[in-house]
Amino acid sequence: MFESLSSRLQGISERLRGKAHITEADLDVALREIRLALLEADVNFKVVKEFVARVRDRAVGSDLLTGLNPGQQIVKIVHEELVAVLGGERHHLSLDAKPSVLMMVGLQGSGKTTTAAKLAVRLRKDGKKPLLVAADVYRPAAVDQLVQLGDQIGVEVHTRPVGTPALEIARSALEVARQRGLDVMILDTAGRLHVDEAMMDELVRIVGSVTPAETLLVVDAMTGQEAVRVAEAFHARLPITGLVLTKMDGDARGGAALSIRAATGLPVAFLGTGERTDGLEAFHPDRLAQRILGMGDILSFVERVQENVDQAEAEKTAQRMMENRFTLEDFRSQLNQIKKMGPIGQLLQMVPGAGQMAGAAQEAVDSGQMKRIEAIIDSMTPDERRRPEIIKASRRRRIAIGSGTSTADVNRLLKQFVEMQRMMKMISGGKMPRMGGGLGALLGR
Amino acid sequence: MFWRRRDEAVEPEAPDQQPEMSAPQPTTVARPRREASGMGLRARPSGFGARLRAILTAGSPATEATWDEIEEALIAADVGAQATLEVVDAARTRFRSGGGRSGEDARRALSTEIRDRLVRVGSGHFELGPAPSVILFVGVNGTGKTTSIAKLAARLVGDGHSLALAAADTFRAAAVEQLRIWGEQLGVSVIAQRAGADPGAVAFDAVVAAESRNLDAVLVDTAGRLQNKQQLMDELAKIRRVIERRLPGQPRHVLLVLDATTGQNGLAQAEAFSREVGVTGIILTKLDGTAKGGVALAIADRLGVPILFAGVGEEIDALAPFDPEAFVEWLFAE
Repeated sequence: MFESLSSRLQGISERLRGKAHITEADLDVALREIRLALLEADVNFKVVKEFVARVRDRAVGSDLLTGLNPGQQIVKIVHEELVAVLGGERHHLSLDAKPSVLMMVGLQGSGKTTTAAKLAVRLRKDGKKPLLVAADVYRPAAVDQLVQLGDQIGVEVHTRPVGTPALEIARSALEVARQRGLDVMILDTAGRLHVDEAMMDELVRIVGSVTPAETLLVVDAMTGQEAVRVAEAFHARLPITGLVLTKMDGDARGGAALSIRAATGLPVAFLGTGERTDGLEAFHPDRLAQRILGMGDILSFVERVQENVDQAEAEKTAQRMMENRFTLEDFRSQLNQIKKMGPIGQLLQMVPGAGQMAGAAQEAVDSGQMKRIEAIIDSMTPDERRRPEIIKASRRRRIAIGSGTSTADVNRLLKQFVEMQRMMKMISGGKMPRMGGGLGALLGR
Repeated sequence: MFWRRRDEAVEPEAPDQQPEMSAPQPTTVARPRREASGMGLRARPSGFGARLRAILTAGSPATEATWDEIEEALIAADVGAQATLEVVDAARTRFRSGGGRSGEDARRALSTEIRDRLVRVGSGHFELGPAPSVILFVGVNGTGKTTSIAKLAARLVGDGHSLALAAADTFRAAAVEQLRIWGEQLGVSVIAQRAGADPGAVAFDAVVAAESRNLDAVLVDTAGRLQNKQQLMDELAKIRRVIERRLPGQPRHVLLVLDATTGQNGLAQAEAFSREVGVTGIILTKLDGTAKGGVALAIADRLGVPILFAGVGEEIDALAPFDPEAFVEWLFAE
C-alpha cells in the first residue's frame, strides 16, 4: 500500500541527493511531484493544497537553506507533516462500561459486517466477552452473514425476527448483554448514504437509545475525494469516535485516511486487512507515515509474528540455526508458522525494501510452490529430513513419486536447502549477507 | 439525471416514511424510500458546483482561472490528475480552434470533449446478444455486485427475457442467500451449490441449465476480490474459461461493478480485471450519493471500456442505462 507515493518521494530524494542547496525551481519540481502523488493517492484536493503549502513554508525556511542533504530534508519534512496530520498517537477503545456499546456505521459495502466480526475476535483475545448484534435489517441476508461469521468465530450473535426495527434490536441486545454480564456489544448497522436523512435519523435514534461508548466509522481505503464529505456528514450527526480503514490489503494508497484526519480530526482506530477474521491491525500514525515514505513497517511485522509464532518452537529453531543443526524438519515447521501468519506478501510489504519481493513470494504461495515443497518434505523419512545428504538417486525418485512432483523438483529443493544452510552458517558466523537498499538508500547513506 | 427510468412517467414518492413503518418483507424490510426530485436525483448542498457554474455560464471571458477551476472540479470528481490534465488540454484546444471566448464557450468545449470520449468507447449501449447470453459480474469487495445483478435481472425480466442467476460467490458468508432472496422476489431461478463450492462448477451448472431450458441469459455473481490477489484473480479467470469452453463466444458480457465512491484505485481495478477476464463494460454504482464516479471517465478513456449502467438507489428499479450527455452535467452538478 502507498507504494506509488513512497516511490515518488524516493524519486524526489534521488534527484535532490548530492545537491548542496535547493533552488526555488528544485522545490517547485519536488512539490509538484508531492502534489500529484497525493492526488493519485486520493488525498482530498483541498487537503493536498494545505499540505503542500505547509511543506513549502517549512522548506523555504531556515533549516533547508543551510541543509547539507536537501533531498533528505524534504523527505523529513514530508514525513513530519504526514505524522502531524495522521495524528500523534493511537486511538484506544474506551470500553470500561459493562456492557460497552460499540457501533459500526458507514456507507454500503465499506466492510462493516466483516469488521464487526474481526473486532469481536480481537476483543475476545483481549479477554472480553463480546456480543455481536445484527441490526442491518435492510440488506438481504445481512443478518445471515453476521450469524455465519459468528458461528465461524464462536461468538454469539443477537438477532430478532424479521420486521423488527433496528432500534428495537439494539435495545433488546443491550438487555441481553446486561443480563448475561457481557463486556461489549458490537452493533452492526446497515450501510447508508450520508445524505439519506431518514436512514441517518435511524442511527441518531439508536445512539440516543443505547449510548455507544465507541461509534466507529468504517471507510473503504479505496475511497476517493468524497471521503471528506462522507466523514463530515456522519460526524455531524453522530458522536463518531474513530475510523476503521478497510481493505488495506489492497493496493489502494489510502489517501482517504489522510483526508479524513485533516478534515475532521477523527483518529484512525484500526486497519482492516484481508477477509480472514483476524485481519484487523491497530493503527500507528508514525508507522503509517513511515510506510508512506517507504521505510517499511517493521514494528507491525514483529507484532504480527509474535502473535502467531509458537515462541518455544521458534526458539528451538533459532537454537538449531546457531548450532548449525538446521534440518528439513525445522524448515517444514517454519513453513507452517509462516502459513499461520497469513498472506506472506502482506507480511513482506511491511519490511523495508521488500516491496518487490512480496509479489514474488506471494506468487510462490499462490502457484502452489509452497504446497509442493511441503509435499516433498512430507514424502521423506524422518531420517532423510534430518540428514538430507543421504538422499541419493533412488530416494529422490521415491520422494518425487510420493509427493507427485518430479526428481528435478526434489533436486531444486535440496539445492535451495543447502544454500539456506550455507547462509545460516554465515549469519551465525557473524558475516551478515548484504540486505537490499531500503532505509539506507532512502536516507542517502 | 443521467439515467432514464424504465417508466419515466411513474415517480413513486413516499418521502417521510419511517423505517419502523415499512412493511415487512419475507426476509428483510424495505428501506425508507428517499424523496426524489426531477428524474430521481436529489439536489445536493455544495458551494462548489454553484461557484463553478457561475464562472462557466457567465458571459465574461474565460481566463486561466476558469481553466484552473475546471481542473479542480474534475479532480474533486475523482477523474484523477492525469486524465484531468489530458481532458482539459483537449478541451482548451477545442475551445481555441472553435473561436471560444466566454466561460460558457469553455463549458461547452469541455462537455463536448468529455461526452465524445465516453461515446467513442460505446458508453450506454448494451445489447443482450443471442441466447443464451452469459453475463459475468466481477469487481472488488463491496461495490454492489449482487445488488446490481438483481437490478439488471429485474430490468431484463421486465423486458420479457427468461433468466437464471448463478450464485458463484461461494466465499462470502450468506452471499448465496442474498442472491436467493432476490431470485425469489423476481421469480427467477437461482443456480447454487453449497457455500465453499467451486465457483467454476456453479457457473458451469448455470450455463448448462440456460442451454437446456432455452433461457435468454444467465447472470453470474462472483465473490468480490481485490485485484492484487493473484490467486483470486486466477480463480476468476478459471470461471471465465469454464464458461467459454462450454459455450464458445461466452461470456458475452463481463461487467465490472465499480463503486462511484472509489478513487484512483478504480483504474488499477479496471486494468487488472480487464487483463484477467476481459472486462466489456462498467456498472457504476452508488451514484445516489454525492460521489461523482469520475474515475469511470478515466477508465473509459484509458482502457476503452464503456460505462453501461448507472446504479442510482436501493430500489430494484434503480439501475439505468448510462447516459454520457447527462453524466457530463452530473460531473459539474451541485
